Amino acid sequence: MSQMPRFGVVRFPGSNCDQDAYHVIKDLLQCDVNYLWHAEPDLKRSDIVVIPGGFSYGDYLRCGAVARFAPVMDEVRRHAERGGIVLGICNGFQILCEAHMLPGALVRNSNCKFICRTVQVRVESSDTPFTSHYAKDFVASIPIAHGEGCYVADADVLAELESRQRVIFRYTSTSKVDSDGNPNGSLNNIAGICNEGRNVLGMMPHPERACSTLLGSADGLILFKSLSMALHAAK
Amino acid sequence: MNLQAALEMGLNEAEYEKVVGILNRTPTLTELGMFGVMWSEHCGYKYSRPVLSLFKNYKEAQESGALENAGVIPLDDELGIVFKMESHNHPSAVEPFQGAATGVGGILRDIFTMGARPVANLNSLRFGPLSDVRNRYLLEHAVAGIAHYGNCVGVPTVAGEVVFNPCYNGNPLVNAMAVGVVERKHVASAAAGPAGSPVIYVGSATGKDGIHGATFASVELGPDSESKRPNVQMGDPFTEKLLIEATLEALATGYISGIQDMGAAGLTCSTCEMAAKAGLGMDVDIRKVPLREQDMTPYEIMLSESQERMLCTAIPGHEADVISVFHKWGLHAAVIGKVTDDGLVRIRDLGQVVAEVPARSLTDECPTYYLEASQPAYIDEIQAFDTNALPSSEALECPLTPTQCLERLLDSPNIASKRWITEQYDSMVQTQTVHLPGADAAVLQIRGAQRGIAMKVDGNGRYCYLDPFTGAQIAVIEAARNVACTGARPAAVTDNLNFANPEKPTGFWQFRRAVEGIAQATEVLGTPVVSGNVSFYNETPNGPIYPTPTIGMVGIIDDPSRSCGAAFAEEGDTIVLLQAYDHVEHGLGGSEYLSVIHEIEAGRPPQVDLQAERRLQEFLVQAIGKGMLASCHDVSDGGIAVTLAECCMLGGVGALVLMNPSSWEEHTTASLLFGEAQGRVVVTLKSEEAFEQLKEMAAEQQITAHWLGTVGGEFLRIASGTNDLISADITAMAQIWQDAIPRRMAAVAH
Repeated sequence: MSQMPRFGVVRFPGSNCDQDAYHVIKDLLQCDVNYLWHAEPDLKRSDIVVIPGGFSYGDYLRCGAVARFAPVMDEVRRHAERGGIVLGICNGFQILCEAHMLPGALVRNSNCKFICRTVQVRVESSDTPFTSHYAKDFVASIPIAHGEGCYVADADVLAELESRQRVIFRYTSTSKVDSDGNPNGSLNNIAGICNEGRNVLGMMPHPERACSTLLGSADGLILFKSLSMALHAAK
Repeated sequence: MNLQAALEMGLNEAEYEKVVGILNRTPTLTELGMFGVMWSEHCGYKYSRPVLSLFKNYKEAQESGALENAGVIPLDDELGIVFKMESHNHPSAVEPFQGAATGVGGILRDIFTMGARPVANLNSLRFGPLSDVRNRYLLEHAVAGIAHYGNCVGVPTVAGEVVFNPCYNGNPLVNAMAVGVVERKHVASAAAGPAGSPVIYVGSATGKDGIHGATFASVELGPDSESKRPNVQMGDPFTEKLLIEATLEALATGYISGIQDMGAAGLTCSTCEMAAKAGLGMDVDIRKVPLREQDMTPYEIMLSESQERMLCTAIPGHEADVISVFHKWGLHAAVIGKVTDDGLVRIRDLGQVVAEVPARSLTDECPTYYLEASQPAYIDEIQAFDTNALPSSEALECPLTPTQCLERLLDSPNIASKRWITEQYDSMVQTQTVHLPGADAAVLQIRGAQRGIAMKVDGNGRYCYLDPFTGAQIAVIEAARNVACTGARPAAVTDNLNFANPEKPTGFWQFRRAVEGIAQATEVLGTPVVSGNVSFYNETPNGPIYPTPTIGMVGIIDDPSRSCGAAFAEEGDTIVLLQAYDHVEHGLGGSEYLSVIHEIEAGRPPQVDLQAERRLQEFLVQAIGKGMLASCHDVSDGGIAVTLAECCMLGGVGALVLMNPSSWEEHTTASLLFGEAQGRVVVTLKSEEAFEQLKEMAAEQQITAHWLGTVGGEFLRIASGTNDLISADITAMAQIWQDAIPRRMAAVAH
């Protein structure tokens, strides 16, 4: 029998996708899930920590720049260092970069506007607990909704990410030319990356918004299903 | 205090005398300021109230003292839908980003102050033509302001409308609507708790911003309006997000007895309205109010329109329980006074009384005026315009072919795709949005409920300019038709009445006729007006705007998974036109075709048959509920040709259409293709056999179903008899339609 993991969804002041992620985990995955309050250094024995989208601390100063100092983040960092799974979505990805748990940074979209639309992303690696249920090269329809989603990093970092297959999601298009589907100017059309241990993933698209065909796509549910089997797979 | 000060605060001489009479003494500066804002049209509805009594629900609520911040209708046995629309026109004219942003913030507070979680934002925008750099600036920044606020608070912006017309030069309209969901047995009240209850101030600290914003909204815009920039409030959506979560959490404790947001007229309005509604008084010390700067006078504190603030009363002994919730969310919360039983709003400054006013005198005793109305001189002349006198393409006097006319219409920003705008809004957060912006109406699946909500905003200033009664009715029926096209039953209305100066008889006539039209239409459709807002004085030295009532329609759908979209679905589907009126008129008066192709805005708007519209809507709900329709899109601006083009472009597929001439033999090519006759919807069916069944069902409701053609190919071809009228490549058409707004806006970036 597989052991179902326990999830924790972090709530910062200004998080606004926390309830959506919670809903998917609880109602669709039927896994245990708790909210993790930003001011409390307590992960409530979570196996998997989700840092949701939104505007933590109003995105003041810089997206994610204040959130990295929240008491809960010390615990999240320790959890990741122990090999625990951490998923950062949108603002969560920005926070993970600001916290140096992932390399690079997310800057203003190349058109200088907020963009909300469904995009195509290719799964570049199934070799993570987040993507184990996807076939490699599967093209998923997942919405984005961000103003600062342009991924940048220096050339060495990009080379390292590419050579270690740490680019997990890449924007693509029906025309098969990846750059045609790049909505925000991200270098190498990067939509999501993982850390060296492959247990920390940051991604700009919102998989929790792609968990129902009625809402347009269920391709994101595969990511959560992968996670629900993560403990099992690790054994 | 003297008369001069009163006049500067927007009161007239008679009103000043009335204030002196009520107080039986000369008012203090603070008191005068309080009367000035509360007796402004913006807060007191002193000119519009007699006309608004035409709305039955409003009249009843007014008379029974049950007028709340927003209307509530049932979604099901447990949940209710709360919704309202409000304008932020004047602030947006001088500072579009903050003006539009705080418009969203203000309307959201009206929703969650009732204990409802906001689930959707909508908006209705009007600007002058994009050929003018100022209008591009206004559009760019108003949209950015709405996006900034709505995206950050995590409430999806799911639908709206944008219209461009020279009459809005210098006076854009920004109407924001919000929709929330509440447990029906836990609707919060704006009436203060019993005497002795502590009065608690929560949210942002008070600053010097927005003082006299309500008064600013109650005068015409002029050359000195730029100097009113300091009257525009600054919004902080981050604080609003915290306020939403904290307010809902605090209400759930059960220790809050009354709560109201601080909008126009700030602390003045919330104290006196909460007290008046309960028939009680309030004793408040303004030095206990959290302040952003310490050197504020009582006058400034009472009139500040700083955003993201609420006032509530708590059950005595539980103030700490309420305050701790707000503190947890990092917000200010402080007891600033208590409810009294003497009916007076008493304002103290460190104990010393600076204002003492009967609460009801500020609300219920606001003077009411019965203004003179007279039909403007232009009406007769402009309605006499004969669209039959237009140069026709048959006579080759119109230099454009029908296909070129269609392309020209698709390039009109009024008809063009609004994706440039809607993609800047987060339309998906909360993961309940079934139909995204661009559909006939947005549809939400409500988590934890079987039923869903459909909603749409509609208005047509040009029709209302030509005939405010009919134009306003068309706004109602079109909004209802849009909602019905998704399969939802239209249920209730919120309206935003944008008009010129009511103190001018012609302006007041437009207002009264439009309200009469809305009252009648909503009654026949069974969709009562449950909330709304009036915005007068929308005029500049160049003249008044077109009368522009906008209608926010909310509908209920039993099963959102059966809702219908506008896009043509599959090759081979049968295209059918449903027609609810016996006679299809030309419908070119006031049309987009007449405006774009002939540069004429004249004639009469299309005729309205409310009973037929109601039958059509009921039929659509029935047919979609049975799963009979593959797509459904209403015929409106640009006529049937534009409707068909939109269905094709949205579906990425062409269509072959034959307009059977026997049904439309008295029509010209222009009226056939681009006429805006009401009561029509284009639907598709999975099979030809289904057509007979649909036709029979429709006939029972006195609706005619015309077979139009078949979905397929890469072209939209429309023929009449043996004449090919239109032949247009879908990809090329879509390019024109998608590029129309970005192409014009590109001039801003450089």
